[in-house]
Amino acid sequence: MSQLAARIVGVSVWGPGLEGWTASRPVLASDADYQPADSPAPPPAILSANERRRTGPVARLALTVATDAAAMSGLPPASLRAVFASGNGDGVVVGSILEDLTREGSQGRLVSPTQFHNSVHNAACGYWSIAVGSRLPTTCLAGHDFSWPAALLVALAELAEHGEPVLLCVYDHPLPPPLHAKRPIIAPFGVGLVLAPPGTDGGLGDIAVRYIAEPAAKVGEPRQAALRALSQGNPAAQALPLLEALARGEADTLALAYLDGRLDVIVTP
Amino acid sequence: MRPQAQPLVLTASTAISAIGRGGAAHLQALRTRAGGLRPNDFDPSAGGWIGRVERVEAHRLPDALAPLDCRNHRLADMALQTDGFADAVAEARAFYGADRIAVVLGTSTSGIATCEDAYRDRDPATGALPDRFDYDLTHDLFALARFVRAALALRGPALVVSTACASSARSFIDAAQLIRAGVCDAAVVGGSDSLCRMTLHGFAALELISPSPCRPCDADRAGISIGEAAGFALLERSDAPRRDGGAGDRLALLGMGAASDAHHMSAPHPEGLGAIGAMRQALHSARLTPAQVDWVKLHGTGTRANDAMEDLAVFEVFGDRVPSSSTKGWTGHTLGACGILETVMAGQCMIEGFVPGCLGVATADPTFRTDVLTGNQERPVGVVLTNSFGFGGVNCSLVFGRVH
Repeated sequence: MSQLAARIVGVSVWGPGLEGWTASRPVLASDADYQPADSPAPPPAILSANERRRTGPVARLALTVATDAAAMSGLPPASLRAVFASGNGDGVVVGSILEDLTREGSQGRLVSPTQFHNSVHNAACGYWSIAVGSRLPTTCLAGHDFSWPAALLVALAELAEHGEPVLLCVYDHPLPPPLHAKRPIIAPFGVGLVLAPPGTDGGLGDIAVRYIAEPAAKVGEPRQAALRALSQGNPAAQALPLLEALARGEADTLALAYLDGRLDVIVTP
Repeated sequence: MRPQAQPLVLTASTAISAIGRGGAAHLQALRTRAGGLRPNDFDPSAGGWIGRVERVEAHRLPDALAPLDCRNHRLADMALQTDGFADAVAEARAFYGADRIAVVLGTSTSGIATCEDAYRDRDPATGALPDRFDYDLTHDLFALARFVRAALALRGPALVVSTACASSARSFIDAAQLIRAGVCDAAVVGGSDSLCRMTLHGFAALELISPSPCRPCDADRAGISIGEAAGFALLERSDAPRRDGGAGDRLALLGMGAASDAHHMSAPHPEGLGAIGAMRQALHSARLTPAQVDWVKLHGTGTRANDAMEDLAVFEVFGDRVPSSSTKGWTGHTLGACGILETVMAGQCMIEGFVPGCLGVATADPTFRTDVLTGNQERPVGVVLTNSFGFGGVNCSLVFGRVH
């Protein structure tokens, strides 16, 4: 099959002890040891005060990596098509609604209208387009353990179709109890990429992917051993080996598990 | 979207909703103007009327897929077993190979109804959910893609698109782009959304539930009726060798467009700028002018804001020359499934050469400037543009026609 490719012109990361690309780069390049820390994403400055009040930790995580990746690309945020992906979406909001629906003896309105519209899987993506004033198309994917490879495929196909830069934003956040016991995510993690047509000047490296309907002999894992628990504990953090390659400025070939198949990813500076 | 050199064809399609199972049943209900809404007997405390599919409760999944049992997958399975859809996919699988067929499906709430039930059975001491509840295989959005991929024995990439009420419409776009990029040769698109308490009470909280059956485009419309539906289409290149003997025209995806409102999370842009953008791009990619469209199948939910916005937007693109109507008076708003359900109905209308007028309209909104149909019309339908809009300001427009 044909291979999908792009030039990576923006990258971002947010996770425990990984507070943005610049701060995380030494860790990702294995020049510094990884120190996990509690790192809640900041309130998104791109939103109006009114919208900011309505966003919880999941939307903040997504908007932080989306904003940072777009900023690094130097491209106007409103000029980017967008592909967002996560397994759980805003599970914090969904969990709260599930609690509301089981309140004993409640009368009248069970659910907050704002919570309800924030519960849709594409809520963060919607806030992004509102914040940057973009009328360009967005799509929002759910891939459980495979959101990262699914989003890479869809974002690269969007780029191939239109030849215009695409913002890719993949994130997952721990669910509240009692859902957490059923679907454990160990820590919040988000990654952003801005993908431009192959041959675009500047940027951090080239990426090419290929779907293969056979499992990987060995799935890619972070070189920095201390990052492996995160990589296994949050599906979005399966992006870490790619981020490490970009931070090192070295070529790498990685396999991502994708159901009973795999996505082969080739990164070159 | 770039103009399409080669349209994609829908070599099989099917749907199930409150008005029936399969394309022919939907056509019959549209022709006889027999709606499927009834007072909310799924969760009466949420009020309103609903489009509930019969016999979902009695349906059993194949044994091998029993761990994925939930209302959403039962609905999906019922659709897969309708109109020969699963058999058509099996033929395509033999032709292309299982690894060359992707599964790209839309859902907004997946099997969350199973989780709602589990919350009612939490351990009183610990608050834990019951052991029987499997989050990954029911509640999780990706569960729908797992289910359909396994049921159809496919090995291509699988993903779920969840862009609220535009989910299954957007699945056509993401799948078409994967095919055109060469990632796969064909894709199963569409999706499933089933009744659950979260959406019934959520829309009630937004005061968007009509106390009577929804009446899109009526002067006195008062909101939506929520429905459930599942539907699928097999999308492939029109220049691929035909497996049907080569006779007759086929339903084709001629164009697709998408745009964002950048306005509000749950209220449409008052001037319909996102909707206008999506429709214009869809026409551009289909290489068609507005005058070449025979029917605009409206998103037409029945809320004051949506229908008024959509009238403005359709008028801006088409003027008052192209008839438009919504089918949600029959089925209710089937949320993430409406894109595929209404595509299947539009396909039937093209074969038959008729356009269903909005159901239940006593007085069409006098402020509307477009040509809103309120009764059925016999007329050739060569090209349909169908709209699906969603929370988050997502707008998708698809153009369908028939090609050899």
